[in-house]
Amino acid sequence: MAVEKLSTRHLLGIKDINRNDIELIFETADNFKDVINRPIKKVPSLRDITIANIFFENSTRTKLSFELAEKRLSADVVNFAASSSSVSKGETLIDTVNNILAMKVDMVVMRHPYAGAGQFLSKHIKAQIVNAGDGAHEHPTQALLDAFSIRQKLGDVAGKKVVIVGDILHSRVAISNILCLQKLGAEVMVCGPTTLIPKHIESLGVKVEHNLIKALNWCDVANMLRIQLERQDIKYFPSLREYAMMYGLNKQILDNLDKEIIVMHPGPINRGVEITSDVADSKQSIILEQVENGVAVRMAVLYLLAAQND
Amino acid sequence: MQKRTLLDGQKFQITIKRLCHQLIESHNDFSNTVLIGIQPRGSYFADRVKHELSEVLKKSVIQKGNLDITFFRDDFRRKDGLVSASSNTIDFIIEGKNVILIDDVLWTGRTIRAALDALLAYGRPAKVELLVLIDRRFSRHVPIEPDYIGLQVDTLDSQQVKVSWKETEGEDKVILISESNK
Repeated sequence: MAVEKLSTRHLLGIKDINRNDIELIFETADNFKDVINRPIKKVPSLRDITIANIFFENSTRTKLSFELAEKRLSADVVNFAASSSSVSKGETLIDTVNNILAMKVDMVVMRHPYAGAGQFLSKHIKAQIVNAGDGAHEHPTQALLDAFSIRQKLGDVAGKKVVIVGDILHSRVAISNILCLQKLGAEVMVCGPTTLIPKHIESLGVKVEHNLIKALNWCDVANMLRIQLERQDIKYFPSLREYAMMYGLNKQILDNLDKEIIVMHPGPINRGVEITSDVADSKQSIILEQVENGVAVRMAVLYLLAAQND
Repeated sequence: MQKRTLLDGQKFQITIKRLCHQLIESHNDFSNTVLIGIQPRGSYFADRVKHELSEVLKKSVIQKGNLDITFFRDDFRRKDGLVSASSNTIDFIIEGKNVILIDDVLWTGRTIRAALDALLAYGRPAKVELLVLIDRRFSRHVPIEPDYIGLQVDTLDSQQVKVSWKETEGEDKVILISESNK
């Protein structure tokens, strides 16, 4: 029986983990995927662990997905949303979390609007931290589940060509995806209007393309990101309609490509902006598989991290 | 390190044949009985039992599945390292069936305790029985005893019993490994 371990105590970003870690997470997630498709979708592994989900930013999918993953591993779960808490009374991050930890919590799943919040916390408190998104920095579990979904659909990630389309500038999903896909040996391209592509992104080793059709003709997989209007302090393009015309994916474009590509979206979808409804609901879209895989991948991450704590 | 052979060659084959005949005695034609091998090594044994049963019964539809107990273990976070999980392949209904759990070596009984838990996630069997090739007796941590036993042996906690199979290791053999005497 092989004995394996993650190389890290926290999951703060894809940057801090290596290819072996990612593969171990995927192999474990395969087993958990089997678990969540059984009549009884629960295993007792984390029955003596308490996990706090601390969300300083809105989230539906990620929070639900983490909570389900925790419950299916039999962990005790406490939820905390910043909007309804003492944070609005002026409490600092460390104080908030230390108070929660004083109630004997073993693991913290945190989303925070500032980049590096997870890193900061991991240096000051004892619990293990899972980053569920920090500002425009990283969203590691999303990248893992995206790569896991590609692996499931295409058999392997290595050697595949993936284009990430849209708001790269404000996207933590883009950064984590680029790092994760590259660690697994895929080629990555980013595509979007000049204003939404960060300067010097080529230094990460990605290709840059401003023409959607060219990008789609190059790729095996297209990951269509959401336009994050809430993060945009100024106007980066004239109008949503114009963005949709230049960078929106519709059935006609998809059908005119000379190969069949896979369409992904991390959600929530702005139907008619990044992709049209007929694409989102088409056979080539694996958006709902991504959501299903999200639970399995998060179970794997929590399980493997919990195994480290002694 | 000392190695002593407990079972091999013709005796190994006879033991398996005997276990299969015992199974047939209480389960007739296996129409309502399924075999479940405990991953990873119990599944090799279960494959062998299935093969032998099919030959004796002249029937090739005996159902056999593999059960992984990794996520049901009671030593998670209590020992170093992590046991990597294997796959579950139970593509039939166990509800109302007689289930024969199969493992190569029974020692503390904790694996079987976990297996009983894991099995219930697939439904409520009518009856569960336990078949093991080697029973390391007098070393149980939980009150679990096998229904069918290939060979009972008395061992020390420091010793190790290893079963190898023709299909995977090239030879059917059971050996007892002891640390050299100090």
